[in-house]
Amino acid sequence: MEKSSLSRRDFLKSAGALATAGCLPLTTVELAFADQRKNFTFAYVSDSHIQHIKGSDFVRNWDRGLIRAVAETNLLTPKPDFVVFGGDLAQLGKKSELDHGAEMLARLNNKVYCVMGEHDYYLDLGEYWSELYGPHYYSWDHKGVHFVVLNSILTYDKWTYERWPTAEQRMNEMAGLDNPNGSPFMVGKKQLEWLRQDLAKVTKETPVVVFSHSPIQKIYKGWNFWTEDAEQVQALLRPLDDVTVIYGHVHQIQYNQIGNISFHAVMATAWPWPYPESYAQAESHLARLTVPMNRADPFFERDATGWQFVDMASGRVAMKYNLYNNTNRVVAYNPKTGQPEDTAYQDSGQRVSPQVHY
Amino acid sequence: MHRKVALLSLIVVVAILIAGGIALMADEFTAKDQQRWQEEFMSVVQTGRELWVSPELGANGVACAQCHPNAANTHPETYPKFQQQLGRVIALREMINWCLMNPLEGVPLKLDGPRMVAIEAYVAYERRGVAMAPGKH
Repeated sequence: MEKSSLSRRDFLKSAGALATAGCLPLTTVELAFADQRKNFTFAYVSDSHIQHIKGSDFVRNWDRGLIRAVAETNLLTPKPDFVVFGGDLAQLGKKSELDHGAEMLARLNNKVYCVMGEHDYYLDLGEYWSELYGPHYYSWDHKGVHFVVLNSILTYDKWTYERWPTAEQRMNEMAGLDNPNGSPFMVGKKQLEWLRQDLAKVTKETPVVVFSHSPIQKIYKGWNFWTEDAEQVQALLRPLDDVTVIYGHVHQIQYNQIGNISFHAVMATAWPWPYPESYAQAESHLARLTVPMNRADPFFERDATGWQFVDMASGRVAMKYNLYNNTNRVVAYNPKTGQPEDTAYQDSGQRVSPQVHY
Repeated sequence: MHRKVALLSLIVVVAILIAGGIALMADEFTAKDQQRWQEEFMSVVQTGRELWVSPELGANGVACAQCHPNAANTHPETYPKFQQQLGRVIALREMINWCLMNPLEGVPLKLDGPRMVAIEAYVAYERRGVAMAPGKH
């Protein structure tokens, strides 16, 4: 943790020129190791929902979120080893939206790894996204950590291929978060088999970090804060000593620990979502461990949006949420309790009233 | 002559009593009435839901549901309340129009128009069962 706060201070120092208002929305992740030479960080930007209006017009608000996250990520010191974009670059999967978003992401001074979101996928089933960013699921090794990107937003073939008369309607139906015509997300058999084979090459002691768009756990099905075959993915990860899953989609701070697996959600750059518990007709299974983000103030356009700086010390993730118009948060793995915890607010006595959602 | 007046008066009194009796009957309603009223209400809720998810309500294609799935995080039970960003007590419909003009970059709805009523009906319906808490933050 000492290492993490140092990195954060360094980062804030260099970003100070930009951060005149003192509010930086970043999620950074640091993985720290006993051997400090292995420590590294990466940044995580997600859910930008670039939305085409017509002609050369795009929704200004969402554009600003991504532009700001990219500009601030470029100011990080030490420079992160890479940036992950967590999915939903586009709002309705249009070429115009993916191109406009890709052009903004291209300004990052880092290698970018992209995750598929449902808003990128359901118009052309990821075809144009692939032209820009390559395969839908893949893995790589970096400084002793094995990273895996899953495409977790697939669903039943019948829904994808048979139910809708046009691709546009299919995209629109999946784009509505609370749409009862939607369908649960899943990784699917083919990709599960690929993951099994991919992990077979990794030793038990190697830290593994999985990136997915939807949570690989079940929180609330009505809004697809959910992956239908989450348990099967978790079962493949269970034999490993040290696993972290980082997901987007939910546009809010969430974290959890299931067995050996730590879960972290990231903020959106576009807009925040309510916690499922604030829908009076829903049954939510949000982990009790999660200290919620503050309720958003709609009068501050970027409030409750942001990005992350990920600090990988001890092979575990320290997720630093850089929040606009709000105090930054750090959620880090606590080796004493064996779970991720907020470094300031975890204790119930430390909570503040805007963290109460209703 | 007096008799005629008395008879007329009697007829008037009886007529008033009958009318009164009918008026008293108006307190009663049937299951069929209730069903119709509920259907009328739900059709307005349905209209509200359609507006809620519509990219046409504002001017930039953004829909209310994009930030407020199932109208969550709108807290209709807390209105009227002191909206600290505006510095005064407002009704929910004013906040709805604020959203229409800002994130949706559109024009406000007439405060007592059918579309505003429909949106309010939808928001309240999704919040059914929650206790009233005017002024709550």
